[in-house]
Amino acid sequence: MPEKGRISGEFFLSGDEACAEGAIAAGCRFFAGYPITPATEIAETMSERLPEAGGTYIQMEDELGSMAAVLGASWGGVKAMTATSGPGFSLMMENIGLGIMLETPCVVVDMQRAGPSTGLPTLVGQADMMQARWGSHGSYSIIALSPSSPQEVFDLTVKAFNLSEQFRLPVLLMSEEAIGHMYEKVTVPPAEAIKLTPRRRPNVPPQEYLPYVPDDDLVPAMAVAGEGYRFHVTGLTHDERGYPANTAEAQDRLVRRLVDKIEKNRDKIIETAEDGIDGADIVVCSYGISARVSAIAIERARALGMKVGLLRLVAVWPFPTEKIRQIAANVKAFVVPEINYGQMALEVERAACGQAKTVLVPHMGGAVHNPETILDAIKRAAA
Amino acid sequence: MKTDIKAEIGGHPLDEFLRTDRLPHIWCPGCGLGTVLGATLRAIDRTGLDLDRTVIISGIGCTGRAAGYVKLDSFHVTHGRALPFATGLKLANPELKIIVFSGDGDLAAIGGNHLIHAARRNVDMTVVCVNNFIYGMTGGQLGPTTPEKGRTTTSRSGNAEKPFNLPRLVGAAGAQYVARWTTAHVWQLERAFVEAIDRKGFSFIEVISPCPTYFGRMNEMATGLEQMRYYRYNSVVKHGANLDDLDIELNKPIVIGKFIDARRVYLPAQGAARGK
Repeated sequence: MPEKGRISGEFFLSGDEACAEGAIAAGCRFFAGYPITPATEIAETMSERLPEAGGTYIQMEDELGSMAAVLGASWGGVKAMTATSGPGFSLMMENIGLGIMLETPCVVVDMQRAGPSTGLPTLVGQADMMQARWGSHGSYSIIALSPSSPQEVFDLTVKAFNLSEQFRLPVLLMSEEAIGHMYEKVTVPPAEAIKLTPRRRPNVPPQEYLPYVPDDDLVPAMAVAGEGYRFHVTGLTHDERGYPANTAEAQDRLVRRLVDKIEKNRDKIIETAEDGIDGADIVVCSYGISARVSAIAIERARALGMKVGLLRLVAVWPFPTEKIRQIAANVKAFVVPEINYGQMALEVERAACGQAKTVLVPHMGGAVHNPETILDAIKRAAA
Repeated sequence: MKTDIKAEIGGHPLDEFLRTDRLPHIWCPGCGLGTVLGATLRAIDRTGLDLDRTVIISGIGCTGRAAGYVKLDSFHVTHGRALPFATGLKLANPELKIIVFSGDGDLAAIGGNHLIHAARRNVDMTVVCVNNFIYGMTGGQLGPTTPEKGRTTTSRSGNAEKPFNLPRLVGAAGAQYVARWTTAHVWQLERAFVEAIDRKGFSFIEVISPCPTYFGRMNEMATGLEQMRYYRYNSVVKHGANLDDLDIELNKPIVIGKFIDARRVYLPAQGAARGK
């Protein structure tokens, strides 16, 4: 007997619908959002599906409120998410910062469209990648995943929830319009085949509980409201008791841990997909829809006898610096197609450390690359 | 003059509700926040709420610091976002009793949109809005409640804007319990909190509170005592007053009382269980 509201089997779903199903499969039971194309279908699907699964959908007054409500729900002990696009993502940055500071598990989906500002509603873009990394003020590290198909949207939405519980922070699913509106076959595994990471609950009595005493992996256990722990949490710099601590020392201790809990666990988070990198002269490094278009270009380049590999970033943040550096020692160049004027290409260049050149293949947004443009860049890089 | 006298803390009837290890608090002498928080905690005590399921949420500002002093599950969130945070928490666990304790700038300026929408949805929570007519934490700037001609560090020759009439604002948006008292009306305040906590739905209590350090000093009431005297002798109790008559003007009487006490459909829906 399947759990209430759960589905499994093969479906013909858009990326947006797959995202909603992935969330439900991951145990998400709260969605707060604000309509914005091309993410609206996620909200629409959740408004139907969540009540069936015993969850709550609420449409908030804006994305500031949506993100705040998601954090509140998570502290109420429910897995929670929101979904938006660039303009809403900008508004969510405020409370993504609060989520980082309070160490609140939740998932934020950005179905990217082209910006700046209102930009191109609603044609594809990938220009929020650096905003995902640095968009909220202050020093912190983040986790962001980038799916290349509706199936992967499903899989990575589940993974995003698991990572958010494991490391206690908002995890970003950085997809884009082209994937969100793409319909493909999506296989939803039966519930027992989906591994879920439970919340790390305190194992001390309430009177001994301190909200920010980390475990060995730098992540603290999390009490939720209403269970007698009587804890305090604040967006102010705080100590292990959760109390405000207005000193450089407390700041150093807290911010280092917030960054290190991700950076020192990088190996557990980083995920790439590789094709033909060994022996390649050129490696195309891309993500999301652009990685799919790149695969076409690579196929054509190989048909011309060129040795070209593909490094697809499944997790875009934390960035696989070490892997790129390793590859850089053995290749002539990286080719980086992305639907912006150079964002992740900067990271590739930084990681390559001058050992191999980096060729950006920019696109200002509104469409995906023409594979021929990427092929030309591969040829230029090889020359 | 050098002093090394340490105040002994303890033995206060509200200690059970306070994080005494965080005292003394940061509020100025003459500030009304201690009075409002005290009345809130006594009301919680009187209503017999399950303290393990009572949550205080504050935004940013002087008032926003209240959450940090209260020994309940307590959240000190971003500026203006206490209400949507509270909405998410309440919907996630309808068994929680939610009290939002924040200031006029936090709730009515940066959080103004959330205020009207939380009232419209009639989310089951009690909102204590401490109105001191000014931004205290940042040093005395003009706020959405500063009376016309009121002097602040950003309106040195007098405020040219018309302030919000908060009861009318939240009443129009749909709040089902709306009251206004001052810190000179401690019993009425406490009773209003008790009533509001007992109500299901969105209840809103505006508390007029002195800020001698900034508002008082710049508006010819330099001490908390002077401001308290003003509230004591210039407040007019008018239960059920027309919301249009609740504007606050400098040197004019302040209408206080219970203005709305209605019942209507609220969120989360009755019978909603945890996570539903």
